[in-house]
Amino acid sequence: MKYFYFIWKNLVRKKLRTTLTILSIAVAFILFGALGSINAAFSQGAEIAGADRLLTIHKVSLIQSLPYSYVNRVRGVEGVNEVTYASWFGGYYQEPRNQFAQFAVDADSYFSIYSDLMTLPEDQMRAWKNNRMGAVIGPVLAQRFGWEVGDRVPLFSMFPQQDGSRNWEFVIEGIFSAQASGADEGSMLFHHEYFDEARQWDQGTVGWLVIEVDDPEQAAEVAERVDALFANSPTETKTSTEKAFIEAFMAQFGDIGTITGLILGAVFFTMLLVAANTMSQAVRERIPEMAILKTLGFSDRSVLIMVLAESILMALIGGLLGLLLAWLMVGGVAAEVAAFLPGFSMPARVWSNGVLAIVLLGVIAGLLPAIQGMRLNIVTALGRR
Amino acid sequence: MSELTQIGTVCAMNIRNLPKRLGSSAVAVFGVACVVGVFIGVLSMASGFQRTMTMAGADDTAIVMRSGSTSELSSGLSHEETQLVTQLPGVLQRDGQAVSSAELYVVVDIPKRATGTSANVPLRGVQQGAFQVRDNIEFIQGRNFDTGRNELIVGRGAHHQFAELDIGSTVRLGQTEWTVVGIFSAGGGSAESELWADASTVQSAYRRGNSFQSVRVKLASDTAFDLFSAEVADDPRLDMDVKRESDYMAEQAEPLSLFIKAIGYPLAVLMSLGAIFGAINTMYASVSARTREIATLRAIGFGAFPVALSTLVESLLLAVVGGLIGALVVFLVFNGYTVSTINSASFSQVVFDFAVTADLLIQGIIAAVVIGLVGGFFPAVRAARLPVATALRET
Amino acid sequence: MSQANQAVAPSVNENELLVELNDIGKSYRKGKETVPVLSGLNMTIKRGDFLALMGPSGSGKTTLLNLLGGLDSPTSGSLKIAGDRIDRFSASQLTRWRAPHVGFIFQFYNLMPVLTAARNVELPLLLTKLSAKKRRQHVEAALTLVGLKDRAKHRPGELSGGQEQRVAIARAIVSDPDLLLCDEPTGDLDRTTADEILELLKTLNREQGKTIVMVTHDPRAAEYAQRTLHLDKGALIKDA
Repeated sequence: MKYFYFIWKNLVRKKLRTTLTILSIAVAFILFGALGSINAAFSQGAEIAGADRLLTIHKVSLIQSLPYSYVNRVRGVEGVNEVTYASWFGGYYQEPRNQFAQFAVDADSYFSIYSDLMTLPEDQMRAWKNNRMGAVIGPVLAQRFGWEVGDRVPLFSMFPQQDGSRNWEFVIEGIFSAQASGADEGSMLFHHEYFDEARQWDQGTVGWLVIEVDDPEQAAEVAERVDALFANSPTETKTSTEKAFIEAFMAQFGDIGTITGLILGAVFFTMLLVAANTMSQAVRERIPEMAILKTLGFSDRSVLIMVLAESILMALIGGLLGLLLAWLMVGGVAAEVAAFLPGFSMPARVWSNGVLAIVLLGVIAGLLPAIQGMRLNIVTALGRR
Repeated sequence: MSELTQIGTVCAMNIRNLPKRLGSSAVAVFGVACVVGVFIGVLSMASGFQRTMTMAGADDTAIVMRSGSTSELSSGLSHEETQLVTQLPGVLQRDGQAVSSAELYVVVDIPKRATGTSANVPLRGVQQGAFQVRDNIEFIQGRNFDTGRNELIVGRGAHHQFAELDIGSTVRLGQTEWTVVGIFSAGGGSAESELWADASTVQSAYRRGNSFQSVRVKLASDTAFDLFSAEVADDPRLDMDVKRESDYMAEQAEPLSLFIKAIGYPLAVLMSLGAIFGAINTMYASVSARTREIATLRAIGFGAFPVALSTLVESLLLAVVGGLIGALVVFLVFNGYTVSTINSASFSQVVFDFAVTADLLIQGIIAAVVIGLVGGFFPAVRAARLPVATALRET
Repeated sequence: MSQANQAVAPSVNENELLVELNDIGKSYRKGKETVPVLSGLNMTIKRGDFLALMGPSGSGKTTLLNLLGGLDSPTSGSLKIAGDRIDRFSASQLTRWRAPHVGFIFQFYNLMPVLTAARNVELPLLLTKLSAKKRRQHVEAALTLVGLKDRAKHRPGELSGGQEQRVAIARAIVSDPDLLLCDEPTGDLDRTTADEILELLKTLNREQGKTIVMVTHDPRAAEYAQRTLHLDKGALIKDA
């Protein structure tokens, strides 16, 4: 660390050039942080998926529903511990742009199966179960519309009620907390019974089943058994682990991952060149000085390390600044994009990968100049012959 | 020597010397190329998607859905309602029949050709009127489906993007087996992402009874929309929303293209900043490499302005070369590159091509010029202000 | 430089040979040709000597200085300094050897422009295991010795040429090396300043017992030395 002062002084020698380079690196890492967060938001579902949960949907498509009787039939399948079910409601609040996720669920079994992800205070659970029109919401949703327990909330749905009206009324009975930040925090749950009795069509059906298996190791076999049960019936099923299901759904977005990767690659390569250019300029104009250092008895290795350290230091300043700005930006827009990217934040993994990328950038940018400095011949560099 | 000759001489000298500063100049060129490339690339995705969606919508076609529906998927209409709608004034009549098509829109699970991962592909049940309402449907291969038979025709994009959709192959969707009999184009519109079948067979395959999800009608004239929409609103038997098809498609396209643009423009601005910083660095290095040369020129009587301008010209030149490279690469690699993504508005896949339009190319080059000008400005000022006497002594 | 503040010269064995050159040859390759610079050079330097090396350009003065400083190795012959056969050292051994054994003083001072005078003087001490506090003490002592204690916080750019050279001298003596090598130390200075610098070197030689080898063009500079050697075409021509 006794070299730090010298390295630092060298770095700030050409303040303008160093500042510009640091800013370019910062820009690269703003993009890194922001795009990394977007990517993570798209794939975070798969990470919080429980290994012991299976999802059963209609074989043709997720939007087709399953007969209610399937719930009990699946309960009897060997290896199945518990089954719950849910239906998509597809509603919005006041205006079409106020869309969010609403699910009709069975209160007890749903919260039991998802106990690792969400919890509801016991008194609120009791109140909810006592109110047919009751609903519970995630904290993000509560914040979004300023809803509180006790509020009556009208929603407009794609499902008409028996009287043809599409206005459904709910009473907020609780606010659940979601452990992992995810889509759940912006969603609303209400009683499937209320939904099923009141709706005009598709009565007696559920959207999909969620199965909790006894042993996650046996998940694949259980899935096969469930699908075999309904094979060749009018309503065949497709069962997969929750993780596989979410991944498959995310894959539908197509090449977002590839495209972000391409962009990041291009940005990185550019910034790498900018930083490497700066470092090689810095080393080039400092050749006599490095020769003096060696004359004084500094080893080749310490010259190499000093140049590398300078390069890494530069990358660190720029990179951390960029990540910090990205973090602030992500935090700033999180509320605005909560509608379609709920739980949008910069995950720890982006930070750690970012720091790794920073060091890598610093090393690669400084490597050639550092080797050049290391190989420097004192006699020729000083023109002493 | 006139100012103009001076400028010419200094610029030419500067540019001839460029190869000596190859490394650092290449960095600037490459930086600008990357920025322009990403800029055009991302926006061509947005423009391609938007083009596909808007191509699908005609001004003289109205789409009718259950009131409050945000998309066809969430709409539902009875057979009677679809009949009533087509008899209203404002609908184009041909040979004594309304030009209209009542349609079903369901989503089926079909693997992607490239990855094998499942995708929500739209399956549209149409009546024969669909081919008159949409006047741009053309068969590329095969033939149309026969009424009442489990036959599918597939859009060009769907055929390209999803597996098992070649002519003659059978596709099993639930209990029903379908045979692919034709491949059609739809003027580049989103219908090319869809599978089509006879509405009545889709109704029975999906147990929809005799219900539909939307009705498309051809309007009698440009002004007929207001008339038609007023008629629907006034009819107590109908609880429906009427939209121009073009408006509806624009609505459907909005969330995703907004999303792409919301990412694309800030991305471009940020990257441009990065490139500007890089360019300023390069140009300062260039000025300092030419210190002696500039000082000598000044000493023998060249003006400050030609010297400054030559730096600016160099910067512009590097940026424009970079911009052209970036634009060319993106054009060659991405123009017409087909991708598909799920459109959240319809919960189903849309297949579209990257559209590297002339407009985008021009925007990209303009971005390059801006980067070049901004990047060269301060170094140019420094070049002009160089103290001649001290610069001459510098080694 | 621990004894820097003491006015009395430390005891040195006047007859101890510090440097022994035996049949030294040095040649460089220039393209396909081999260009001899030094050949058959024999000489010895005692501890406490102040030797001036004179000779026309291209006579091999600087090359000789490079060899003495371990910046370069001879092509032939043996070179023994303070008991070490440094002609047998590898490049990295030389690097390690240089720090405690030689101090360099250059014509153009070669200070680090980004560092203050004190930090410049401290540089060689970074290679030692000395604590920061100890390093500071040594730096202060060295700067005091060259008379620049009050300029410690100035950067090279804020100092005159003579002052810069004093800082360079402080840097050269701060780790108390056996041998001070000066390459045209006054070549860039005016007469008065040059005399001051030479006087300082002489004092270091007399009072601190520093062994000094100085390459110079200037006969008046050589007068400050105890003896002068003349080099021409790679060989010693006269031991004055």
